[in-house]
Amino acid sequence: MNNDKTPLLEVKNLCKYFPIQKGSFKKIVGNVRAVDDISFFVNEGETLGLVGESGCGKTTTSRCILRAMAPTSGEMLFRTKEGRVVDLAKLDRSEIRPLRQQMQMIFQDPYGSLNPRMTLFEIVGEPLLVNGMRSRKERTDRVAELLHLVGLRPEYMPRFPHAFSGGQRQRIGIARALSVNPRLVVADEPISALDVSVQAQILNLLLDLQTRLSLTYLFVAHNLGVVKHICDRVAVMYVGKLVEMAKTDALYHSPRHPYTAALMAAVPVADPRVQTGNVELKGEVPSPANPPSGCYFHPRCAHASDVCRTRMPVFREIDPGHFVACHRAEEIELAGIA
Amino acid sequence: MSNQTGPLLSVRDLKTHFVMDEGIVKAVDGVSFDVYRGQVFGIVGESGCGKTVTMKSILRIVEHPGKIVHGQMLLSREGRDGSGGEDSVNLARLDPKGKEMRSIRGAEIALIPQEPMASFSPVHTIGDQIIETIRLHQAIDKKGARKSALRLLMDVGIPMPERRLEAYSWQLSGGLRQRAIIAMALSCSPRLLIADEPTTAVDVTTQAQVLRLLRQLQKDRNAAIIFITHDLGVIAQIAEYVMVMYLGLVMERGPVDDIFHEPKHPYTQALLRSIPSVNSAPRVDLPTISGSIPHPFNKPPGCPFHPRCGRRIPGTCDVRTPALQAVGERQWVSCFLYHDGEVAVP
Repeated sequence: MNNDKTPLLEVKNLCKYFPIQKGSFKKIVGNVRAVDDISFFVNEGETLGLVGESGCGKTTTSRCILRAMAPTSGEMLFRTKEGRVVDLAKLDRSEIRPLRQQMQMIFQDPYGSLNPRMTLFEIVGEPLLVNGMRSRKERTDRVAELLHLVGLRPEYMPRFPHAFSGGQRQRIGIARALSVNPRLVVADEPISALDVSVQAQILNLLLDLQTRLSLTYLFVAHNLGVVKHICDRVAVMYVGKLVEMAKTDALYHSPRHPYTAALMAAVPVADPRVQTGNVELKGEVPSPANPPSGCYFHPRCAHASDVCRTRMPVFREIDPGHFVACHRAEEIELAGIA
Repeated sequence: MSNQTGPLLSVRDLKTHFVMDEGIVKAVDGVSFDVYRGQVFGIVGESGCGKTVTMKSILRIVEHPGKIVHGQMLLSREGRDGSGGEDSVNLARLDPKGKEMRSIRGAEIALIPQEPMASFSPVHTIGDQIIETIRLHQAIDKKGARKSALRLLMDVGIPMPERRLEAYSWQLSGGLRQRAIIAMALSCSPRLLIADEPTTAVDVTTQAQVLRLLRQLQKDRNAAIIFITHDLGVIAQIAEYVMVMYLGLVMERGPVDDIFHEPKHPYTQALLRSIPSVNSAPRVDLPTISGSIPHPFNKPPGCPFHPRCGRRIPGTCDVRTPALQAVGERQWVSCFLYHDGEVAVP
């Protein structure tokens, strides 16, 4: 799995299981396989979209990468500023801390992710303080610069978050994430809590910041329209597994996994002349605590054959740069978006 | 279209205000529309536009400081079995806790709420809750009600309906729970169904299933649906007639095709331009609407959209509020750009 570019982050066989405990002795009776053996890479300067329905493990994946939780197994190779390659999965607390400067997160809910008792200066300046910028003057200058960068007025610094609208709050969250000059930014559904008329502003800001600061984004989202707009490559998850990963164009125009195709077909298009949702995906997403045999998608798949019921497909490269986990990827014809 | 008969629900100049210590929030401030039998009427708008308060006003479930201060909502009662003679009833005049309103709510007008999880009681089974609704509005014994509950669950496509009747809401998945809530809403064969963001809390593939189900039910039962959402994609796919709201006012309303292909109001136009779709060009700057939605306490004077509007007419838009103006056979817009003669005078 390698491109001409060196990946900034390479995830290999990442697993995150949550044990299911029962009884008074907390006996472990099973595992919720939230993230189940996934491998992908993010190249420097690109945006990788991670899409999937709720419960598919996309947020768990991003939290593992940031080490907000420890993965069960697997490697997460991160190339640091100095050019060293470190395995984020193996580092302990004290070792991970300096690396956090280089990886930051933008949260989904701009109402829940800002402390209402802190001013803008404190919110955006805290990461600076934690990372050793002691002088208040220096911090004030940097916060002013950051606020300007995300399109807020520096005069807002002494105000509290409640004085701002959802879009402005998300800008504050972005300023906080960028304060320590990260290289990898994990954005977990950064616009889904915002109003439609404000979403475009934040998307434009994210694109603009990426070019100006040469950021690498891991963009977690469920809105396929937004993902198509902002991502260079897209990875699709289903019940803790990656089912497909490809360049955005390739994925949308010629999906190779039936689930990707079904997901595309389900998106309602904002045009009454285009009828969507005609291909209905039957059934429900299975629970990651009790997934079906073989390919996890087979009970809902229109193309399933015997092998799909018994054997788990391997995530393989079917075309250069196009990865898919489907036994029948070569045989079946799938419609993408015209 | 079943326009030959009068509208099922006719709302005229509805105003619902919330009087609070800090000031008056005019959540709905003069909204008029008609809903016909067999029609899917879409209301689309962003947060604070008044779409939910409109829905609550119709059902007369506006919470405390809120009050309907003006307007009427005529619900036609033609063709209702055992009709008591009168042709229509003004919902705005009824006592929200009175007998008549309670017989309408849930029976003639039913609601599909946004949060299926919060809408079921977790300590009663799905079956008991549906049976309770049926028996509240119909003189029918427990056995008969159970039978119709079973039928309803089957109609909305819930597998193993006998077992689901005994299940609690938290035992069902999101999609099934949404179907169960639809079954409950349908339990008294309402003539008007109000769906308030019914697919916001579910995933895309489940959303497609729910939309398909609603379309099917609407065809089978010829009920009218008021479909409230903020998602322009969903509205394009399900509605026949669309009303676009912003800060308590109707910006534009018209047949779905006109709204999406011939939008007249600058707000509708800007909104449609700003959403990235799976068909649009990637990684280019999206045309945005500047600023954000103002707080309801400091609603701008004149047209509520004027501070963010690229085509505002100084001296007009910031002073007076435009009235709804017909711009097509069935399309109406409230914008001074379409008020002939009045525009010239600044």
